[in-house]
Amino acid sequence: MKMSYREALREALREAMSADSRVFLMGEDVGRYGGSYAVSKGLLDEFGPDRIRDTPLSELGFVGAGIGAALGGMRPIVEVMTVNFSLLALDQIVNTAALYRHMSAGQFSVPVVIRMASGAGRQIAAQHSHSFENWYASIPGLTVLAPATVDDARGMLGLALADPDPVLIFEHAQLYNLEEELSADKVSEIRSARVRRAGSTVSLITYGGSLPKTMAAAEMLAEEGIDAEVIDLRVLRPLDEATILASVRKCRRAVVIDECWRSGSLAGEIMARIAEQAFYDLDAPLARVCSEEVPMPYARHLEEAALPQPAKIVAAAKAMLGK
Amino acid sequence: MNTSLATGPLPFARDFALQLLEDMLRIRRMEEKCAELYGAQKIRGFLHLYIGEEAVAVGSLHALRPVDNIVATYREHGHALVRGLSMQSIMAEMYGKREGSSRGRGGSMHLFDARTRFFGGNAIVAGGLPIAVGLALAARMRGEASVTACYFGEGAIAEGAFHESMNLAALWRLPVLFCCENNLYAMGTALSRSESQTDLCAKAASYKVRTESVDGQDVAAVYETTCRAEQYVREGNGPCFIEYRTYRYRAHSMFDPDLYRDKREIEQWKQRGPLHGFTARLKQLEMLSEEEFLALDAKVGAEVERAVAFAEAGDWEPIEDLALDLCAREANK
Ligand SMILES: Cc1ncc(C[n+]2csc(CCOP(=O)(O)OP(=O)(O)O)c2C)c(N)n1
Repeated sequence: MKMSYREALREALREAMSADSRVFLMGEDVGRYGGSYAVSKGLLDEFGPDRIRDTPLSELGFVGAGIGAALGGMRPIVEVMTVNFSLLALDQIVNTAALYRHMSAGQFSVPVVIRMASGAGRQIAAQHSHSFENWYASIPGLTVLAPATVDDARGMLGLALADPDPVLIFEHAQLYNLEEELSADKVSEIRSARVRRAGSTVSLITYGGSLPKTMAAAEMLAEEGIDAEVIDLRVLRPLDEATILASVRKCRRAVVIDECWRSGSLAGEIMARIAEQAFYDLDAPLARVCSEEVPMPYARHLEEAALPQPAKIVAAAKAMLGK
Repeated sequence: MNTSLATGPLPFARDFALQLLEDMLRIRRMEEKCAELYGAQKIRGFLHLYIGEEAVAVGSLHALRPVDNIVATYREHGHALVRGLSMQSIMAEMYGKREGSSRGRGGSMHLFDARTRFFGGNAIVAGGLPIAVGLALAARMRGEASVTACYFGEGAIAEGAFHESMNLAALWRLPVLFCCENNLYAMGTALSRSESQTDLCAKAASYKVRTESVDGQDVAAVYETTCRAEQYVREGNGPCFIEYRTYRYRAHSMFDPDLYRDKREIEQWKQRGPLHGFTARLKQLEMLSEEEFLALDAKVGAEVERAVAFAEAGDWEPIEDLALDLCAREANK
């Protein structure tokens, strides 16, 4: 069955809410408005305002309340409209949710799921185009997911809810309209990366909204006789090092594609781990394609120039092969 | 809801009244054109129209002086225009052209102009409030007699930044005008669904901030109230919070299907439209004839056409300049 990424997320919400009365959704405009990206459209009528709970513009307050409700025995799904506004709730996520279990020596846990849209590409300029997956992925105590396929959009939420600790889900805004065939087998784990395209010459490692661009780049490389492998990380914390290293050892070259800014990017962390563990397996220096280190401009041509693009990925891979 | 239009004599001269009318008309016609250009994909991304709320920006900004600071939101096209950005530079910015007020980098949500002390369109709800407090603090410390006017929607009141800013400004008796444009909805969320206390002035008053509440559809009342508040603030008495009761006629942004409010409510508010109300009043006072109105509208229409032609003829900023103006020092990697 063909399904959009948005519908897959909605189906996942519906299933979770139906299966467990402790699950509820809260966030800005999730109810009456239908969700700023229309993910929760129709759910208010189905589940009522108690469980599809509209909040005021109080990110710190309602994210914190989600964390508290999780401590208190509920299974909240908190929707933060976009990662840009999650900065207002950073304190509660970082200073509370991530620390609780360890600080209390295992007495308390925070089974909250926090979803948010992220990324650029829609000409909505500097304050609405951030990618901060790397920040969250640097924090011990959090699990960070980046569904990039309809299957993952459909399957990850339920698995995140089953996790006894806080899980963050990043939905790249460019993916909501993605349409794909939904597989018969549901995804069953949120611990591993996946090989989305098998290859042997260069490993292209990516996640989230950069996956479609990386797949396009792999096609372009194939036309030039270069057989690229594409790894979709899926889980940004904890990183599935085994899958990454196996791919790198096979291809002996790797390019990491990450929409975050280059300095301090997740790409940088992945490259460091490859360098630490597979240095002698490499035939070429590692490379990365990240966003240019500027606030995201509005004008289309500037935004396109600032973001990772298939052509840049192709160029990086070819340079590595001396082409 | 009060559906009657303001009537009666005006507290200012005809010339000034016509200036207010013209500015409201300029915002209206510019934004109607923007909506059309959005449909034609000339303007992209987010576009938040101010249509229906024009009297607030026009009446309040005319009460301020060139030395004053302005901090606005993403719904700031009207404020920018009235403050003195040219319609051409605004339109070019919306096109993403180099001739725009921010060289096409900001788009509709991020208009800036140092010359008129317009500190921008801030697209983070309540993000401008602490900045306004700081601008006022700087003015005070430098011995300047300026006032900082900060615009925000009623939705911003739920943010911690609102409460922290109220307290700081009152505690330090800073010259801030907190201009709350209460259009009753924050995206799809009605005020009554987001606030336990819907009397917004009561909130500000709890910080010992002086408050005013005014019919935001009546440009004359907006002007008078803002003048009163501005004087109080400029004299060093501390901040003032003004609630402008208004309504947006269009959807929140061009992405909004606008399904959360009753169409009849929108129609009712349209009957109290700021433009049509003020035009009727001026006619009643025999300050304006239909011919004069049509001539004014034609003049404004020509300005809009010039702005569009200017934007169309503009260039794109070269990609090589992407990192220009990131920091004063060149390399920042
Ligand atoms: C901190 C933050 N949260 C959420 C948003 C998304 N958002 C943009 S405008 C808006 C509604 C704001 O309503 P209000 O403050 O009343 O101003 P209005 O749009 O009505 O002028 C929302 C939720 C945002 N930009 N910033």
